[in-house]
Amino acid sequence: MLENIKTFASTFFVTGDPMIYGADVSIVLVSLAALFVLTYFKKWGYVWREWITTVDHKKIGTMYFTAALLMLFRGGVDALLMRVQLAAPDMKLLHSEHYNEIFTTHGTIMILFMAMPFMFALFNWVVPLQIGARDVAFPFLNSVSFWLFFFGAMLFNLSFVIGGSPDAGWLSYPPLSENAFSHGPGQNFYIWGVQISGIGSLATGINFLVTILKMRAPGMKLMKMPMFTWSVLAACIIIIFAFPVLTISLALLFMDRFFGAHFFTIDGGGNPMMYVNLIWMWGHPEVYIVVLPAFGILSEVVSTFSKKSIFGYKSMVFAMMVISVVSYFTWVHHFFTMGAGADVNTFFAISTMAIAIPTGVKVFNWLFTMFRGRIEVSQPMLWVMGFIPCFVVGGATGVMLAVAPADYQYHNSYFLVAHFHQTLIGGVVFPYLAGLYYWWPKIFGFKLNDRLGKWAFWLWNIGFYVCFMPQYALGFMGMTRRLYTYGWDMGWAPLNMVSTVGAFLMGVGFLFQGWQIIHGILYAERSNATDSWGTGRSLEWSIPSPPPVYNFAVVPQVKGFDDWYLTKEEMKKPGYKAEKPQLESIHMPKNSGIPFVMGACWFLAGFGLTMETAFSWMIVPGVIGLIGVGLCMFARSFSYDTDYYIPVDEVKRTEASLGRVV
Amino acid sequence: MAQAAAHDHHHDHTEHETSLKMLGFWIFLITDCILFGTLFATFVVLRTHTDGGPTGKELFEVPIFVAETFILLTSSFTSGLAVLAMNKGNRNALIGWLVITALLGLAFVGLEVNEFATLAHDGATISRSAFLSAFFTLVGTHGLHVSIGLLWMTGLIFQLLRRGITGVTKRKIMIISLYWHFLDAVWIFLFTVVYLMGVM
Repeated sequence: MLENIKTFASTFFVTGDPMIYGADVSIVLVSLAALFVLTYFKKWGYVWREWITTVDHKKIGTMYFTAALLMLFRGGVDALLMRVQLAAPDMKLLHSEHYNEIFTTHGTIMILFMAMPFMFALFNWVVPLQIGARDVAFPFLNSVSFWLFFFGAMLFNLSFVIGGSPDAGWLSYPPLSENAFSHGPGQNFYIWGVQISGIGSLATGINFLVTILKMRAPGMKLMKMPMFTWSVLAACIIIIFAFPVLTISLALLFMDRFFGAHFFTIDGGGNPMMYVNLIWMWGHPEVYIVVLPAFGILSEVVSTFSKKSIFGYKSMVFAMMVISVVSYFTWVHHFFTMGAGADVNTFFAISTMAIAIPTGVKVFNWLFTMFRGRIEVSQPMLWVMGFIPCFVVGGATGVMLAVAPADYQYHNSYFLVAHFHQTLIGGVVFPYLAGLYYWWPKIFGFKLNDRLGKWAFWLWNIGFYVCFMPQYALGFMGMTRRLYTYGWDMGWAPLNMVSTVGAFLMGVGFLFQGWQIIHGILYAERSNATDSWGTGRSLEWSIPSPPPVYNFAVVPQVKGFDDWYLTKEEMKKPGYKAEKPQLESIHMPKNSGIPFVMGACWFLAGFGLTMETAFSWMIVPGVIGLIGVGLCMFARSFSYDTDYYIPVDEVKRTEASLGRVV
Repeated sequence: MAQAAAHDHHHDHTEHETSLKMLGFWIFLITDCILFGTLFATFVVLRTHTDGGPTGKELFEVPIFVAETFILLTSSFTSGLAVLAMNKGNRNALIGWLVITALLGLAFVGLEVNEFATLAHDGATISRSAFLSAFFTLVGTHGLHVSIGLLWMTGLIFQLLRRGITGVTKRKIMIISLYWHFLDAVWIFLFTVVYLMGVM
C-alpha cells in the first residue's frame, strides 16, 4: 500500500528539483493565505457576488488584467532564469531538460496567457465605453470567455508542479511533441491549457465583433469610430479567421497522442511539416491580433496628448484592414528553410515585406499627429515615444528576416530572438502599458504615481536595449536559439553577460510598476472627474470615473469623430445650454455562476485527459468534467430569468453620488 | 400607461437581443466553416497517404453513404418545415417536425457509428494510416456536431412544451435550424470530397 502511494506520488508530482519544491511550498502558502484572508474578513460572499459571477465588462477587464500581470511575473521569472543560465559559459543553474521546459513555458505564457488577457482587459475596459454602449453584446459569454482563459492558464501552470512542464517549444512542433519524444503528461497540459483558453479567445472575438457592429450609440457611423475601437474590430476579424485553425491544430495533435493517429508522425504516412504550416496559419495572424490593438492605443494616446485629431484617419483605418488581410499570406516566412522551393518562398517573402507598407503609413501618421501638436509628455505619451524608435528598428530587422536567402543564415539564430522580442516588447508591451496608464484613471478613478512610473519607463527602455541589442550580434556570431549552454571558446560570453544585465533591468522596471499599483491603491488621490487628462477626445471621457455599472445614464447621440472633443467645443460657445436628459429604466444582465462552474468543469476535463496518459483511471474525472460542461450549457439554455431593470430613481441616485445632475 | 411603456421597452429589448444573437450565431458559423475547412485541407493532403493500408475505394460502401446523405438532407427539409410551422404559430406541428428531424438525425448518427465500427472491425482504424486518421477525424467531427445538435434540439423541444412559441423560443428555434442547415451543407462537401472522390 505504502509502496503504491510512493510510486503514485513520484509520478504525479514533479520531484527532484529544489526550485519546484520551492514552488510547491509557495503555492500551498499563498492558497492558504488567500483562504484565511477571505474567511477571516468574511469576504467569500463579496468575492462570489462582485467578481466570480459578474457579467460587468469593466470587472471582467480588471480580472483579465490581474491575471495578465501575474502571468507577466511568471513568464518574466522564466526569462530571468534563462538569462542567468546563459550569462556565462558552462553555467550549471539549469540542466538541459529544465531549460527546454522553461523556454517553452516562457513563450506560451507570454503570448497566450499574458499578451492575450492584457489585450482582452483593454477590450473589456474600453470598447463599450468608446462606442457609448452599456455592455458588450453577450455579457454571459464574456464571462464564460474569461473563465475559460483563467482555467486554461491555471491548467497550463499546474504542469510545473504536477506531471511536468511541456518542453517542445511554445508551438509544440512534432515530432518533438509526439509520444515518441515527449511521453509524459507535460505536452498534454500544453494541448488542453491552450485549447481551453483558445476557445475562450474565439468567443471573445465573436462577442466584440458583434458589440462593435451592433451596439454603437446612435449617430456613430463606422467611419466615426475611435481608432482603438477600429483596431479591436480588425483584431476580432483576425481572431475569427485564425483561432479555429489553432483549435484544429491542437485537436489533431491530441488525436496523434491519445488515439495513435498519424497526422504528424513520420511513420504511418503523416507529415510533421503539416503541423508547422497549420500552427503558423494561426500563429502569424496571432502576431497581428496582439499588435493591431496596440496600434489603436497609440493612436488614441498620441492624439490626446498632442491635442490634435489623429492625422490621416482614413488611411489609418485602411492600413489596419490591409494588415488584417495580408497577415494571412505570410505564414511560410517562419520556415523558409522547409524546402518549399524558390517560387513559394518568393511569394511569402514579398507578402511579408508588403506588410511593412501599411505599418509604415501608421508610423508616419503618428509622427504627423505629433507635428505641430502641443505635446504633453505624460506617462502614456512617454511609452509611445519609447515605442516608435523601438518598433522601427524591430520592423527593419523583420524586413531583413523576410529576405528568404538571407533567412537561411538567420533562421533559428539569436538574431531572430532579438527581432521578435523587439516587435513584441517594443510593439505590443510598450503600447499596452501606454494604454494601461492612459485608461487607468477612467477605470479606477485615480492616476498612477508619476515618479515611480518614470523609473519604470527608463528601466524598461534602457534594459530593453541592453538586453536585446547584443542578441542581434550574437545571432551573427552563430549563436542559435534554444541553446542551453555554450563553451568559452565560442566568444559569446561578454555579450551574453551584457544581455542578462539588461534583462534584470527590465525585471526591476516591472517591480516599479507593481509598486506603482500598490502605491496608487493605498495613497493616490481619488477623483471621479469625467475627463481625467483634461484633453480626452472620445466618448469614454464623457462619463464619471470609475463609470457606474450601466456606463451611460443616457445613451449619447453621436455627432462626429472625436465626439467628446466636439461636445467640449460646443460647451465653450456663449449661450450653451445642456439639454435636460430623459432618463429611462436601464436594462441590464443578471450575474451568473454558470460561467465559473463551466470553466471549472473544463479544468477538470482537461486535467483528467492530461493525466490519463500516466494513470488510466484519470479518464473518469476527465469524462465527468466534459459531462459537467454539457450540463452547464443545458442549465443556461433553460434559464429564462437572465436580466433586470435598474429603476429611474436608482439611476438618479447613482448619478447624484457621482456629482452629476440629471 | 406606464405599464404599457415598460412593456414596449421590454419588447424592443427582445427584438434587439434577437438581432444580436442571430448575427453572433452567423459569425460563429463562419468560425465553424474555417474549422471544417482546415480539416478538409488536412484530409485532401493526406487522402493518398495510406501507408500501404486500405484506400477509400476499398472501404466506402456506396449504399451506406448514399443513405446517410438522403437521411440528412431530408432532416434539413423537415427542420425547414418546423420553422414554417413556427411562423404560422402552430406549436404542435413545430414540435412534431422537430421530433421527426431529431429522429432522422439519430438515424444518421446510428448509421455513421455502425460504419465506423465496421471499419475498425476490419482493421481500418484511426491509427492504421494518415489517410484513415484524417478520415475519422473529419467525418467524426461532423458526426459530433450532429450529436450535439440532437441534444440541443431535445432541450429546445422541452422548452417549447413548457413555454410555447415566444420571442425567445422562436429565436432559439431559428438558430438551431440555421445550425442544422449548416451541418447539411458541410455534409454535401463530405459526400463529395471524402466519399465520391474516394470511390472514384
